[in-house]
Amino acid sequence: QFQLTVPVAVVFAPGSVPGDLPRPLPFRDVQEMELSVNLRTTVTSRYETIYRSTTAEEEAALGAATAREADAALHLLQDTSLGSLTIYVVPETSSLLPQGISVYVGKHRSALVRAGGGLATLRTRLQQLTQVMSFTASSITAALSDRVPDGQLGPAARRHLKSSLGYEITFSLLNPDPKSHTVEWDIEEAVNRYVQPVLDKLSLVANFSVDSQILYYAVLGVTPRFDKESSSFLLSAHSLPHVINPVEARLGSSAASLYPVLNFLLYVPERSHSPLYIQDKEGAPVSTNAFHSPRWGGIMVYNVEAPSSPQASLPLHVDVDMVRVMEVFLAQLRLLFGLSREELPHEFLLERPGNEGLADWELDRLLWAHTVENIATVSTTLTSLAQLLDKIGNIVIKDDVASEVYRAVASAQSAMAELAVGHLHSAFQASKEAVTSSERAFFDPSLLHLLYFPDDQKFAIYIPLFLPMAVPILLSLAKIVRETRQHKKEPTKMD
Amino acid sequence: GGMLAVVVLLLLAAAGPGRAERDVLREELLLSPLPDGDVAATFQFRTRWDADLQRGSVSHYRLFPKALGRLVAALGVRELHLALTQGFWRTRVWGQPPLQAPAGAELWVWFQPTVTNVDKAWKELSNILSGIFCASLNFIDSTNTVTPTASFKPLGLANGTDHHLLRYAVLPREVVCTENLTPWKKLLPCGSKAGLAVLLKAERLFHSSYHSQAVHIRPICRDASCLAVSWELRQTLTVVFDTFSSGQGKKDWSLFKMFSRTLTDACPLASQSKVYVDISPKNKEKELLEVTPPPTSVHEATVQGDKRTYAVYDLLSPSLFNTSRSLNVQLKWKRPQDSSDLPTPVLHAQRYVSGYGLQTGEISTLIYNTHPYRAFPVILLETVPWYLRLYVHTLTIITKGKENKPSYIHYQPAQDRKRPHLLEMLIQLPANSVTKITIQFERALLKWTEYTPDPNHGFYVSSSVLSALVPSVIAMKDVDVEHSPLFTSLFPSSDGSSYFVRLYTEPLLVNLPTPDFSMPYNVICLTCTVVAVCYGSFYNLLTRTFHVEEPSRGGLAKRLANIIRKFRGVPPL
Repeated sequence: QFQLTVPVAVVFAPGSVPGDLPRPLPFRDVQEMELSVNLRTTVTSRYETIYRSTTAEEEAALGAATAREADAALHLLQDTSLGSLTIYVVPETSSLLPQGISVYVGKHRSALVRAGGGLATLRTRLQQLTQVMSFTASSITAALSDRVPDGQLGPAARRHLKSSLGYEITFSLLNPDPKSHTVEWDIEEAVNRYVQPVLDKLSLVANFSVDSQILYYAVLGVTPRFDKESSSFLLSAHSLPHVINPVEARLGSSAASLYPVLNFLLYVPERSHSPLYIQDKEGAPVSTNAFHSPRWGGIMVYNVEAPSSPQASLPLHVDVDMVRVMEVFLAQLRLLFGLSREELPHEFLLERPGNEGLADWELDRLLWAHTVENIATVSTTLTSLAQLLDKIGNIVIKDDVASEVYRAVASAQSAMAELAVGHLHSAFQASKEAVTSSERAFFDPSLLHLLYFPDDQKFAIYIPLFLPMAVPILLSLAKIVRETRQHKKEPTKMD
Repeated sequence: GGMLAVVVLLLLAAAGPGRAERDVLREELLLSPLPDGDVAATFQFRTRWDADLQRGSVSHYRLFPKALGRLVAALGVRELHLALTQGFWRTRVWGQPPLQAPAGAELWVWFQPTVTNVDKAWKELSNILSGIFCASLNFIDSTNTVTPTASFKPLGLANGTDHHLLRYAVLPREVVCTENLTPWKKLLPCGSKAGLAVLLKAERLFHSSYHSQAVHIRPICRDASCLAVSWELRQTLTVVFDTFSSGQGKKDWSLFKMFSRTLTDACPLASQSKVYVDISPKNKEKELLEVTPPPTSVHEATVQGDKRTYAVYDLLSPSLFNTSRSLNVQLKWKRPQDSSDLPTPVLHAQRYVSGYGLQTGEISTLIYNTHPYRAFPVILLETVPWYLRLYVHTLTIITKGKENKPSYIHYQPAQDRKRPHLLEMLIQLPANSVTKITIQFERALLKWTEYTPDPNHGFYVSSSVLSALVPSVIAMKDVDVEHSPLFTSLFPSSDGSSYFVRLYTEPLLVNLPTPDFSMPYNVICLTCTVVAVCYGSFYNLLTRTFHVEEPSRGGLAKRLANIIRKFRGVPPL
């Protein structure tokens, strides 16, 4: 029953207006698409499009030399509310876009589309583009994965982290062999330089806290196989699931908060097992030497170069190259948040997000998905709360629990309403509040069902009463049955 | 010019920790033969971190465990002391312990003055610690938490000792076992993979007379000038092995016999790794014992008012592992030692509960001062649960037949189901004396849900705590804390003439009037049976149809009679 509205503005530069427009510019248009997740849940996506021509300033901005400059200049002219998209249609002959590229997606909430091929081709391109920049059917089903019947989800959908109010990111350096390696990493600097910009951008979505630790004598759960040809050790893809468990025990989840933890492990293999490479399913080495575990985090193997002379004194001092490591971890972080770049037609060009690590429209994608997921979570939580109350008749609902439930329902409804109008930001805020209230109500200590005496045990206590009383009743019932049977038999005897 | 230089220096000191955060690990094992033939092994692992945890910006951990660091930062903990103990340290026989802890779990915490709601932070802290150490610390609540005013002073750096920031709780029922040891070992940087921690094998450690593991976190001065704060984590583990009975009556022992392991290396992360063996000559005689292999050095120190000699094995010195690959410290007695004259410690105590019946009783505490000529004061802390109602007017303190008036009394009466009794007294102990403290109590009736699952076992009353500055027989030198062995440096020494001792008495086991818990069910059963029987006969009366019985051929008696009549030739009935 979701309705998601995306406000889209399509702006035509002079000379790009297709000939077969139904009406003169400007005009409005609404397109709706329906997606049914299961029997009871359908998601209607509604694209409210305004078609207009460029203003003078926009025209000037589009006159820039490259697409990137145009994107930067246009950013200043747009309305910057979350979730809204602006698409500029440039003439077919424009030199803004490189050869062979007809769609350019910028760092912010705008894109450039090359005109040509009439309205129909433009329409399909616009549709593709809006889906890339807001949400696709698969991203919405992933967000509603709890309700999708099993087996219909792709592996990508299971990879995403659950929506939560906060996340804890822990970087751990595993040094299983401190006798031969002294490993040092400048994690503080690396976090400040590479991770913090991304998290600042994501701070709209959730609270993040980052910490790091070094664990010694932490080994992987699998002994790698020695490969004679390359004189290296190999971890095959099918053994990776067993790698994490023994490490996990050492990681120590943070007891002080309830947020999910994202673990990023940098593993420096012990001297007797290096170099260590990860093999994929085909047996080829993985270029990054890293893998990730859905909803858990990522592991990267960092091989220490063997000393040039075998007599080099132990322990060997190792300074970790944080640029290489952080590149991998950031890519894994994006994967875990479901921000991986999907397969796109070759005429699409995505701008690299640069230092922030995240484009504005990617943030929007995340917000769309998380808002939908939050609302779904709230309804699941409240439904199971209602089921619990149905099961235990004499449960006591305190006033504060009741008010939390009311607040959760109100917030969830307002989030739905805001989604239907297309106000992404306020919808997300409302959905967050709804989640907080519903969780608080559900996990209220007074609602523990063990606190209540189950009815079947009350019955058990009175068994000494019920059993002797039942005996004469049952006996006389048996007697009645016997007698009626004899009555039936007697007439047959007469015949 | 001078001022400017000082300012620059201060700025440097403030900026320093961000760049060069140093953390240092020291590990140490102290083996001391006890007077009666047992052996006490005390492990200490000390991580010192030159960073200010409280500022909250620190989140990158190396040797300091992240779980504890985050806890300290998040909850505003200034000092944390947690001890989990199985067994009781017999002070009279074993002498003064380096670190004693009461049986069960003990937790005391000083919070930062910035913490506004200390009770909430305390509750949260005990819950988190319970998760970290797999102990039932979550049962710490207002009914067993007290705020002592004098007994527990901060051991680390502290400005101001407002005791409202202190919380103290003991759970005497807590059973300590392997599941508590594993998380404790996990906090060590080397785990149990290298260094002294290799010896920590659970099946040996819990096969002992006394096992106590503890975690102490406190802020300390970074250097002599004390301009910056460092944080210190001490993990200590004390275990007492009964080598006398397990060694067929011989008092000789070795590392392998006790731990079934030997030492092969130091933890590579430790900057110091030493084994100390107490080889102090007893009774001024010639050395009776012999340690093998020969120690790397010999260390003499004054510990707890006594001159002691230690054989030191430095695991980091390369010469130690030259001859053999592993270190198995062995101790042999040259002559059988007469164990008749055990040296009694200067201060020891004993506590018991007396009285008969289930209504009233009496707690008696005996405190011994065996010092030949010096009197000294001792602070006694009693925490008694609310269900023993203390009668404070019956409090008597008698020394040498005379009443001894305490110079300070702090008493906080209990509130039913809310808080325990707290009694703190400063008592002067005359030289060579026994002081008897008695107080009477009445046992309260509990609600039926408040009983423990095994109520007939009794209810524990936690150990009382004795803190004292005991005058030393010999003068002690002031030593540099950073360079002295760890086992001497947890408690601050005030001056050369006395040393600090904290003792715990036995926990008490008190029987409370316990109802027969099966009684309600018995009553239900009985009444149900009666009701059911009545109901059965009523039912029969109401539903049976009655009709006149036709005479039948008769019963057994009639047939017998007929047979006899046949024989007699009389017509049958």
